[in-house]
Amino acid sequence: MALTRDQMAQRVAGELQDGFYVNLGIGIPTLVANFINDDINVMLQSENGLLGMGPFPTEDEIDADMINAGKQTVTAVTGASIFSSAESFAMIRGGHVDLTVLGAFEVDTKGNIASYMIPGKLVKGMGGAMDLVAGADNIIVMMTHASKSGASKLLTQCTLPLTGAKCIRKVLTELAYLEIKDGKFHLLERAPGVSVDEIAELTEGELVIPDHVPEMQL
Amino acid sequence: MSGFNKVVNSYEDALEGLQDGMTVIAGGFGLCGIAENLIAEIKRKGTKELTIVSNNCGVDGFGLGVLLEDRQIKKMVSSYVGENQMFMDQLLDGSLEVELTPQGTLAEKMRAGGAGIPAFFTATGYGTAVGEGKEVKQFHGRNYILEESITGDFAIIKAWKADRYGNAIYRDTAMNFNPMAATAGKITVMEVEEIVEPGELEPCNIHTPGIYVDRLIQGTFEKRIEQRTLRAV
Repeated sequence: MALTRDQMAQRVAGELQDGFYVNLGIGIPTLVANFINDDINVMLQSENGLLGMGPFPTEDEIDADMINAGKQTVTAVTGASIFSSAESFAMIRGGHVDLTVLGAFEVDTKGNIASYMIPGKLVKGMGGAMDLVAGADNIIVMMTHASKSGASKLLTQCTLPLTGAKCIRKVLTELAYLEIKDGKFHLLERAPGVSVDEIAELTEGELVIPDHVPEMQL
Repeated sequence: MSGFNKVVNSYEDALEGLQDGMTVIAGGFGLCGIAENLIAEIKRKGTKELTIVSNNCGVDGFGLGVLLEDRQIKKMVSSYVGENQMFMDQLLDGSLEVELTPQGTLAEKMRAGGAGIPAFFTATGYGTAVGEGKEVKQFHGRNYILEESITGDFAIIKAWKADRYGNAIYRDTAMNFNPMAATAGKITVMEVEEIVEPGELEPCNIHTPGIYVDRLIQGTFEKRIEQRTLRAV
């Protein structure tokens, strides 16, 4: 079975380590926060200037001056810090954030990512995504493997305008966990009950399949 | 009266000298930490052909969005726009120009502009549409693009508290772009929730030193919330 959005978030949460500073992009990546293991401490970075983002506020706690990068009202955890946008992007662009998780429309075997613009459709902007992909070493892209009509989003060459060039190494889809290396996708894990053939069928870019592909542990 | 006293008596005085065609750098992220009353004054004044440098352009009827109502904005330099229908309409009919700029690059353009640095190299945007036509240079085997900094004729800033000398502090994430924007205006105008006497704010806690602030005014703020998200109790 393909993973649900929550299961995808659960799998990515498994990559978090105690003491990690993590930036979660808007959309599915935000769900990762719901699955952080109680045994570890993680600080969530919000690029509008908050390190140590907490849960949404209660009615009593709500404060117009406390928002996240999605412009949602949030709280700060104990030990949080607040700073300017320049400081925030110094953290991001200077490579200080341990893990960045973001969504995408397409990725390719060169590690390119397209995530902010579909020509002919509404262009709202890249926000902080170009900074995040250029600044981070450790990035996990969470995305659907193919379009509803079955067109692969894991390509030899991205067709949409790029958010970043040669910067992506890890991709989690509802079907598989993959690494991009040496100009190829390498299949690391498959979703429980999903066959290697199903994954290969929906992967347009060159795919390296090892003899044994373990099922994801959720 | 001290030569360091930055307090002006009216919003009209605060924006004295703002003219058609000028560039205004605005602090704020979404509707958080925006200079609501200074924006309202620009609308009242009717200044046109403005270039506005701001991460976002407000929403319909609030924030910078109100400047679209009388088509006062010629160009926006932003990282993320289009939360307002009027913005999209003017973009599509060609009366509004947008220069999409990555958020970190935008913050750094303001910071550098205020610090007298004309341009800087960054990896952000290399190999994308943002990098097209820009100088590329390699450092330690990696490609970087040259981005020019930004200064404005005016900067409009919202802080929490400031003393009469313009030494200011921000509250929570309402800080965002404000400290950099404050450094990048030829004339920096700041509005605050409370003006206090010099000495009331700890010198080591000041976020924006008064040297950057030319005019200071106390206002009242609606602080509209863009995405009201709550957790169940």
